[in-house]
Amino acid sequence: MPARVTNEDFRRFAGTAGYIASEALIDAVNCAVALERPLLIKGEPGTGKTLLARHVASALGMPMESWHIKSTTKAADGLYVYDTVQRLNDSRFGGGDVADIRRYIRFGPLGRVFNAENRHLLLIDEVDKADVEFPNDLLRELDEMRFTVVETGDEIIARERPMVMITSNNEKELPDAFLRRCIFHFIEFPDTTLMRQIIDVHHPNLDAKLLDQVLIKFYWLREQNELRKKPSTSELIDWIAALLRSGMTTAQVEEHIPFLGALLKNEVDTEALQKYDDRQGRYPTSWSDLGPRYNQ
Amino acid sequence: MFLELFYGLRAEGVPLGMQEWLTFVEALGKGLHGCNLLKFYHLARSCLVKSEAFYDAFDRVFLKVFKGVEGSLDDITDSVLDWLKNPKNFPDLTPDQLAELERLSGDDLMRRFLETLAEQTERHDGGGRWVGTGGRSPFGHGGTHPTGIRVGGPGKSRSAMKVAEERKFSDYRTDLTLDIRHTRTALKRLRQLTRNGVATELDVDETIDETCRNAGEIELVFRPPRRNNVRVVLLMDVGGTMDPYFRPVSTLLTALHEERGLQSFESYYFHNCVYDAVFQRASLRRDTAIPTGDLMRRLDSRWKLIVVGDASMHPAELLEPHGCIDPRMTSETPGIAWLQRLVAHFDRVAWLNPDEPRVWDQSDTARIIRRLFPMHHLSVEGVAEAISTLVGARAAPAAKSH
Repeated sequence: MPARVTNEDFRRFAGTAGYIASEALIDAVNCAVALERPLLIKGEPGTGKTLLARHVASALGMPMESWHIKSTTKAADGLYVYDTVQRLNDSRFGGGDVADIRRYIRFGPLGRVFNAENRHLLLIDEVDKADVEFPNDLLRELDEMRFTVVETGDEIIARERPMVMITSNNEKELPDAFLRRCIFHFIEFPDTTLMRQIIDVHHPNLDAKLLDQVLIKFYWLREQNELRKKPSTSELIDWIAALLRSGMTTAQVEEHIPFLGALLKNEVDTEALQKYDDRQGRYPTSWSDLGPRYNQ
Repeated sequence: MFLELFYGLRAEGVPLGMQEWLTFVEALGKGLHGCNLLKFYHLARSCLVKSEAFYDAFDRVFLKVFKGVEGSLDDITDSVLDWLKNPKNFPDLTPDQLAELERLSGDDLMRRFLETLAEQTERHDGGGRWVGTGGRSPFGHGGTHPTGIRVGGPGKSRSAMKVAEERKFSDYRTDLTLDIRHTRTALKRLRQLTRNGVATELDVDETIDETCRNAGEIELVFRPPRRNNVRVVLLMDVGGTMDPYFRPVSTLLTALHEERGLQSFESYYFHNCVYDAVFQRASLRRDTAIPTGDLMRRLDSRWKLIVVGDASMHPAELLEPHGCIDPRMTSETPGIAWLQRLVAHFDRVAWLNPDEPRVWDQSDTARIIRRLFPMHHLSVEGVAEAISTLVGARAAPAAKSH
């Protein structure tokens, strides 16, 4: 890393062909790269947080290691696991050298990234799924990029400081001490302009009229406050795929929302729309139906 | 000027300390703002603000602090840009000169930039003071000033002020809306994990100990997994002055219903104050009535009580026998006695008041109830506070002042 990062270095990540990022997001990614701080990405489910990591890794030419967090994940699991049960089993039934504890140390994602020869991108996915104290337990490891294997006394020091990306769905508040060390970015829901670019990446050369109808229906659905789970970008892209496969015409999309199941994943929501149908509710067909916020 | 941003954010309640600030200064030192106000805005936001709930506060402060800056820049750039066309190549600077330039703080820089512009009337190339090209003045482009202000050139797209002015993050302010996602986040903290029930989880430490005691013959030990042990009963005031608050109350109810982690959850309704009976339905019909005494017998003291209500009523409704406003339901025991019994019976209690905290003291009954119940505002923040009084470390019993 040069002592002073020039503007050119800073623009290293500028989105890739497969991922359209807003300018604010690009700035945040580059800031985290330059300052070597973890980047914390929050946003609605389905706004492409995990996908972003993959594309940042490919844009910066780093191999990626993902660590998917579950409610039972402990911070120590990311460093290493001492497989006591295996050792116990081996000692009882004979199976290799039980005296060598190192044989029973299995490194977790963090440990593997630290041990790696080249600079990695480490994705800690859905950090909020874990226990509330989980992020705090990782503070020292992420700060100093080193940890000690207690059983053997080995100190693992990162050869190349990895770039760390953390995603959160906002299910839990993250501790302040942890937040303080991160660069933060909130992925807002894409506006129609950005959304068109995103769709173009996934479904290039979509018929302009069909795209308009699709977007009108989609943003209209998102405006409905009754819905428990609003459809997101990834659902929109799946929905368009379904429409294209089945050869739906623009007119069909204009008067109704086919394949609703691709957009609404909640029974109550589907019923709510069914009721809207029963009341002979009108679906919007032009941007002006959606109100002034969507003037194209 | 930049410190104003720092203190402005702190004054708005954005949690911000030296560590964030130093990160930000370090980023500026590396030139990550690219001498572009929009980039500067993004950079400041990603370094200083750690929750979308404060994006709106950030927008407001940013507008206030930097409002003048851009206005004055916009007015002048057109003519200044002419001076900057066809830049001359930049000269080599001595280390001394570079060091001197680096000492300029952003604050001074902006001021000097504006002063310089005000004085300048023509094109300059290669000089050390004026806005021009190829020089070592901090202003202009193609120059060598390390922290200078770039005027013109590529990179300008949307203006930071425009972005801040849109204030599109106002929806995420936690002090305003009680939206279901935020409520769920808050409710996640209603946790007290205990081990009881069927032992299904392998206890490695105990297994090793037991195996050793067993002379190496493997002895597996199991323990019950950790489960949430929180039981909550929710009492909701309905009708009358509570009608405007239908939405936040139903949001809270939905979120509590969907909170799978709770051991048990029950909810009942009342009007104005709790008397002899509470109701299973919001219609408060007699046939859905449950005697409050029965409720307390059935739900033992391990339960936690949340009351939602505006706590404002006629003093007689709270303090006098037969105070209930509903003539069908007369109750010899005054409401306050029932409230005292509830507080004494349940493990922990909290009162959520949908009224703004500043008007609580205007109602005599709210003042009295606050002596019994820790009262919190029915907002995301208030719910979080209430939950910490329900499961957190035990605080002094006296009502917390707001």
